[in-house]
Amino acid sequence: MKFSREEVLKIAKLARLHLEEEDISKYQEDLGSILTYIEKLQELNTDDVPEFQHAAGSANVFREDIVEGCDPDVRRRALENFTAREGNLLKVQAVFENRTE
Amino acid sequence: MDVSTLTIKEAGEKLASGELTAVDYAQGCLDAIANGNENLNAFLEVSQTALDEAASIDARRAAGESLGSLAGIPIGLKDNMLVRGWGSTSGSQILEGYRGAYDSTITQRLQAAGAILIGRTNMDEFAMGSSTETSHHGASCNPWDAQKVPGGSSGGSAVAVAAGFIPAALGSDTGGSIRQPASLCGVVGLKPTYGRVSRYGLMALASSFDQIGPITRTVEDAALILEAIEGRDPKDGTSVELTNTTVPALIEKSVDGMTLGVPKEYFASGMDAHVASVVHEAIAELERAGAKIQEISMPHSEYALAAYYIIQPAEASSNLGRFDGLRYGYHSSGENLPETYKRTRGEGFGKEVKRRIMLGSYTLSAGYYDAYYRKALKVRTLIKRDFDEAFKRVDAIVCPTSPSVAWNLGEKFDDPLAMYLADIYTVTANLATVPGLSVPCGFVDGLPVGLQILAKPFDEYTLFRVGATYQDRTNWHKQSPT
Repeated sequence: MKFSREEVLKIAKLARLHLEEEDISKYQEDLGSILTYIEKLQELNTDDVPEFQHAAGSANVFREDIVEGCDPDVRRRALENFTAREGNLLKVQAVFENRTE
Repeated sequence: MDVSTLTIKEAGEKLASGELTAVDYAQGCLDAIANGNENLNAFLEVSQTALDEAASIDARRAAGESLGSLAGIPIGLKDNMLVRGWGSTSGSQILEGYRGAYDSTITQRLQAAGAILIGRTNMDEFAMGSSTETSHHGASCNPWDAQKVPGGSSGGSAVAVAAGFIPAALGSDTGGSIRQPASLCGVVGLKPTYGRVSRYGLMALASSFDQIGPITRTVEDAALILEAIEGRDPKDGTSVELTNTTVPALIEKSVDGMTLGVPKEYFASGMDAHVASVVHEAIAELERAGAKIQEISMPHSEYALAAYYIIQPAEASSNLGRFDGLRYGYHSSGENLPETYKRTRGEGFGKEVKRRIMLGSYTLSAGYYDAYYRKALKVRTLIKRDFDEAFKRVDAIVCPTSPSVAWNLGEKFDDPLAMYLADIYTVTANLATVPGLSVPCGFVDGLPVGLQILAKPFDEYTLFRVGATYQDRTNWHKQSPT
């Protein structure tokens, strides 16, 4: 099984990954060989088997809905990690394009 | 005093009696790292405050204060665990420049027990790998032979303990990332039961598998660390209120009357014959110690790796969505926001991480979800049932940790499937959420082999009992690389 170039580019777009031109054929090959291996699961009949749902059991964990706030030092350190900021706000490029018809 | 072979238990006694000070111990470890790290690349950075913290432990001891169970013990942390103010990269370029904003729960608990956090250790990028070669900071080397891989992804932690830099380090285990490098480096590695240790402050790889656990020289030391870090944490909703906690002093060094299961599927094709014979000899030693050995079958084992390599990349592709180049780490600007995301992630992530993100995005995408992801969850149920059935008949399972000893650096680097096959005997414990322990049990061509012990969920006590009995009767764990 081999992935087409278009399939790899489509997945990369979904995953928001820029790929270098020279790496694309290697990804076609690698993803193809991994997928061929995992195809093995199709041998098993799992019609009556439930999906595994909760690794830690299925009990809900509740707590009181109380705002606990944030340690000012933790807050300061979190803000310092932002790539761009204005005051205490995270600065990002426009999410929506500004179109005038 | 040579501190390079001390166990936590021995060091604790020397610290308590005054024969060794915490400052001298920390300094000894820092010196060993300064001398040996260049060749092995186990540590990415050492703590600038370790000696001050050690001095404070010495002062508190002198003042007669009661100290925690790990007072003055230097411990390394894998590079995916947060400590406030420390650099923390998960072995990735995309977290270049990131500084931990808060302490992980394991950090808080180790510090409360008096441990000295000595530095952060190398790892495969975002824990994706079985050799520590995918690290952006370069591969770590196996101290038994520097041309060989140390295993992974917690390779730096295993190397640091095996090389005698430190007595213990924490790793994280998603599909074998504690047990496999421990096996390949000749040290003890424990993956606790899913839910036993809080992951708050651990960078997530695959959230339904990830667990934090210790890498040490002895089973008793692993129990000491587990006791300090385990238990419910409100900040990790999957952590469980424990009914039985670890009490290292109570570990019984006897397997008399226990039944140990040997799954025939774990000695199947792909298994190195020399490794198999070393593991069989270890099992024979446990039989001489009084255990009853019984062959068992876990019929779905051959499907475990395929199921794991669907579920894990799927969860990883979702968890790694947070790396957007805006809130932390590496940033590469494009002409608009989607372009910025693509550039940041395309440049910041290494090849294996991109491969797994794409694989996960594919198996979760419309039209493929049922055939891959849902199917893998069903197979996960079958694997879990294999374990449930086995534990009706046996107290623990004994098998190899890894199908081979350490291989040459570079040997499997360009063949992802060959690398994934290194995890074939370890992923089952993560799929079934059971605890697993790897204990050194011999050598093949001068390279360490590990015996893996698996038990029922939350029955770490049985792992410690089998592992400690084995170490009591053998000397493999006392050997050091020259």
